[in-house]
Amino acid sequence: MSTARAAAILLAKELRLEFRTRELLNATIVFALVVVVLFSFSFDPTSAESRRLGPGLLWIAFLFAGSLMLHPSFGREQANQTLDALRMAPISPFALLLGKMLANFLFLSAAELILVPIFAVLYNVSLAGVVCRMAIVLAMGTAGLCITGTVFSAIAAHARMRELLLPLLLLPILAPLLIAAVEATASLFAERPALDRTWLAFLGGFDIVFLTASWLLSDFLLEE
Amino acid sequence: MKSRIPITILIAALMFFAGYAALFIAPDERTMHEIQRIFYFHLGSWTAMFTALTVAFVANVGWLLTRKPNWDWLGVSAVEVGVVACTSGLITGVLWGKPAWGIWWTWDARLTTCFILWLLYISYLILRGLIEEPQRRATLSAVFGIFAFLDAPLVYASNRLWRTQHPAPVIFGGPESELDPTMGKVLLICMSAMLVVMAVVLVDRYRLERMRHEVDELRVEAETRATTAGPALSPATRN
Repeated sequence: MSTARAAAILLAKELRLEFRTRELLNATIVFALVVVVLFSFSFDPTSAESRRLGPGLLWIAFLFAGSLMLHPSFGREQANQTLDALRMAPISPFALLLGKMLANFLFLSAAELILVPIFAVLYNVSLAGVVCRMAIVLAMGTAGLCITGTVFSAIAAHARMRELLLPLLLLPILAPLLIAAVEATASLFAERPALDRTWLAFLGGFDIVFLTASWLLSDFLLEE
Repeated sequence: MKSRIPITILIAALMFFAGYAALFIAPDERTMHEIQRIFYFHLGSWTAMFTALTVAFVANVGWLLTRKPNWDWLGVSAVEVGVVACTSGLITGVLWGKPAWGIWWTWDARLTTCFILWLLYISYLILRGLIEEPQRRATLSAVFGIFAFLDAPLVYASNRLWRTQHPAPVIFGGPESELDPTMGKVLLICMSAMLVVMAVVLVDRYRLERMRHEVDELRVEAETRATTAGPALSPATRN
C-alpha cells in the first residue's frame, strides 16, 4: 500500500474517532479561549496595543493549546495497545506518522478557524482585507507545530509524566516557529497590511526541515 | 586508576596557566579594561559547548545506525558536559554583560540561541530520566537530540533576522575587530584548556555510564538467578 493511501485511511480513522466524541476539539477551543481572555488582563486591550501584542498572544494561545491537544494523538493509542496493532499493519511508519500529523493539523486548524474571528472581535483587530493571507500564515505555522508536535507526542507516549513532558519538549523547539509566525501575523495586523515574505519563507523552511527529519527518523520513532 | 593522577596534574597545570595568562599576561583592553578578561573563559565555554553538542549529535546518529550501547553512553555524557559548559558560558556572559553593557541580559541572537539550546538539552536529560526501558530510552532520546540539534541554526537565524529588523539596544563590541597578537595567544590557550577539561570530564562521564550499564546487567542477572534457583536460595539473596 502506498504511503499516501495508508495515511489517508489513518486520517479517516482519526477523524471518525474524534467526531464520535468531539472531546478533543471542544476542550482545545475552550482552553485557547481561556488563554485569550486571560491575556486581556495583562495589558490594556486598545486597538493600538492589540495590534502590537495581539500576534504574540494569538500564537502563544495556539502553541499552548496545540501542546496540550497533541498529547492524546499517541497517548490514546496506549490504553488498549492499539499502537502495536497499527505497527503490525503492512504500512510504512511514516504513513502512520503522516496520518496523525494531518489529523492534528485539521483539528488545530478547525480550532483556529473559530478562535481567530473571536480574537478579532474581542481585541478590536480588523481582518477584513487579509483573510486569505492570514489563512496561509496560520496554515504554515500550524503545519510546523503539528509536524514536530506529533513526533514528540510519539516520544512522550513512552515516558512517565507524559502530559507534562510534551510541552517541555515541544515549546523550546518551536521558538523559531513562534518568532516567524508572530512576525508574519504582525505584518498583517499593521495599519497597512503587507505580508512579510521573509517570515513566510522561514515558516516554509521550518516545515520542510522537520518534515524531512520526521520522514528519516520515523522508522526509529515507531519501532517496537 | 593510576593514569588519573598525571592527567589530573596536567589539567590543573593547564587551567592554572590559562587563568594566569588571562589575568596577567593578556594586555589591558582599551575600552573595557579588566572586565574583558572574563572573555577568555567565556569564549572557551562556548567552544566546549559546541564541541560537546556536536559530539552528542554524532553519537545520536551513531546509536540509531549501529545500535551499539557505546554511542548511547557517549550521547548522554556529551549532552551533560555540553549543558555544564553552556551554563558556564551563560553565567560568565551575564557577569560580563552588566559592567560592559550596563545590563545583565539582552535578547540578542547569540544569547537567545544559547539559552534555548540550554533549555532543549535540559529537556533531553529530563526525557531520559522519564523512560525506563534502556533501548527505548536510547532511541527516543536520540531522535529528540537530532531534532534539538537541527533546531539550533533555525533559532539563531530567526533571532538574527528578527533583531536586525528591530535594532538591538546594545551592539556586540567584542575585541574581535582588531585582536592584539598576545590576546589571541591567551585566547587560544584558554580555549584549549577548556576543551581539554571538557574532554576529560566527557571521558569520565562515559566511563560512569558504562559502569552503570554493567551494574544494571549484573542486577538483572542476579535477579534471574535468584528466581530460578528456587526458594531455598532466594530469601538470602533478596535480603
